[in-house]
Amino acid sequence: MPLEFEKPIEELEAKIAELEGFAASSGVDLSGELQVLRERLAQLKAETFDNLSRWERVQLARAPGRPTTLDVIGGIMTEFVELYGDRTYGEDPAVVGGLARFEGTSVVVVGHQKGRDTKENIRRNFAMPHPEGYRKAMRMMDLADRFGRPFIAFIDTPGAYPGVSAEERGQAWVIAQSIQRMARLRVPAIAIILGEGGSGGALAIGVGNRVLILENAWYSVISPESCAAILWRDAKEAAKAAEALRLSAPDLLSLGIVDRIIPEPSGGAHRDPTATLANIKQALQATLAELADLSPEQLFEDRYRRFRGLGRYQI
Amino acid sequence: MALERLFRRRRAQGEARDIPELWVKCPKCDAQIYKKDLESNLHVCPKCEHHLRLSADRRIEMLADAGSFEQITGLKPTDPLGFVDTEPYPRRLERYQKEAGRPDAIVGGRCTIGGVESVLLVMDYAFAGGSMGSVVGEEITRGIELAARENRAVVIVSVSGGARMQEAALSLMQMAKTTLALDRLWAKKLPYVSILTDPTTGGVTASFAAIADVILAEPGALIGFAGPRVIKQTIRQDLPEGFQRSEFLLKHGMVDQVVDRRRLKETVARILKLLHPRTVNHAG
Repeated sequence: MPLEFEKPIEELEAKIAELEGFAASSGVDLSGELQVLRERLAQLKAETFDNLSRWERVQLARAPGRPTTLDVIGGIMTEFVELYGDRTYGEDPAVVGGLARFEGTSVVVVGHQKGRDTKENIRRNFAMPHPEGYRKAMRMMDLADRFGRPFIAFIDTPGAYPGVSAEERGQAWVIAQSIQRMARLRVPAIAIILGEGGSGGALAIGVGNRVLILENAWYSVISPESCAAILWRDAKEAAKAAEALRLSAPDLLSLGIVDRIIPEPSGGAHRDPTATLANIKQALQATLAELADLSPEQLFEDRYRRFRGLGRYQI
Repeated sequence: MALERLFRRRRAQGEARDIPELWVKCPKCDAQIYKKDLESNLHVCPKCEHHLRLSADRRIEMLADAGSFEQITGLKPTDPLGFVDTEPYPRRLERYQKEAGRPDAIVGGRCTIGGVESVLLVMDYAFAGGSMGSVVGEEITRGIELAARENRAVVIVSVSGGARMQEAALSLMQMAKTTLALDRLWAKKLPYVSILTDPTTGGVTASFAAIADVILAEPGALIGFAGPRVIKQTIRQDLPEGFQRSEFLLKHGMVDQVVDRRRLKETVARILKLLHPRTVNHAG
């Protein structure tokens, strides 16, 4: 199903396809008309996609068909061995993790996992982790440290699960612990925000030496809807909240919260997942190379310095 | 969430102001309490022991040894995002500053607690519901780093509706910054006691407040990650009795003790003396 602002584009694309079909089957020369329509399509795409509002970007970040963590792992890594469970309470399908090989290097990966259809989304709790998910992530961090492997985290969550079960089992506690555990890594740690970076539930696996973000992903302290519900007392004001929160990739780059934007194909990652994966691969490779010469202690200090400097105040 | 609770809170206080000034009504048992009695009892209801909110200044008086407190905080907030909702953030800040009588939602300083050299940091609910933005995060980080440099213990009293929305992702980053700073303390084996008071939720709970050496909570305090209203909306059911209160957290293993405010100082002092490296062989 197209997003609201994609509809005129999809309609035009359908019309062009229809005309092309007709031209081919009937032998009528419509190349002039098609040319005009194709130009109009290109113009429409440029107008729409080059001037996306923050709220439109949020919708792209949530678009069905956007690559999920497992899609990215499957697409740019090999020899993936998924590891399950937190060794304490249970297995949380909202977080996936394991061992893999990236460009010849063995790495440890973890990430929030959205479902690719409704059924899977329900099973994965819409990528909203319980404490078990974060304990699984911390187990992956332990593995990365012990075996000296780069740690790569993919962020894509509306937020940590706000429910009774999660609270009973210490949601706040595990998020704090996960932040601390990731900060203590003595290996290169890279966080990549694929889609949604929803607050503490995202940050828990976001303490990287470098934090990368896909062009249309968002990252903030609260979702636009929740922010609107509180400050405007109306969740329908989410578009305004998205603007006010400055949650887009360019905003975050200028604030120093992310270090690099990974470009998406025109119209968003879901329009061309293959190209998106290639861009992620390239960015990850370059970032790993940047960190390759740092010693374990330098990596730890680099991460401390990176986060120590964030914040704006007057003396 | 912080803001909303602040508004609700203010309405409640407004009602209380309608009755003669010398008397305060306990929000739990409705008893009329003589204000001076309440103050001398550290704002604990003498009838039902309900812990009413205590100001940041009174907290410092209560915890720091008399005359030992030397303030180190004073950073001022800015408006890094140009945030405007129903009113511009700078206007809100001005109002909060007037209401709370300080530049942001935290006050802290060097002091001794039971003779132990410490840094005491106290959040202030009167300022934007104790929400954490850049200033709160930076002051906590600086306080922790100072303690690490000067071999001091750290005591933080939390009261917060969570991270401050008007500084968005910068507020979020304060969770990481403060948490990372605690490692400087750990490296020098200096103790950190976290005191959770009503309410402590969101980004504060999910960062420095939850990873202390010892976590104490005041009785009946609301403590959690998500606020009860958000949870109720998510699960569409009534919440269990006592959910997210201190005693619930104690039962679930999340805090070390629930401590009556009137015994908080002696409890904190005892812990610091037992853990602080300089007091290893001293009698208690």
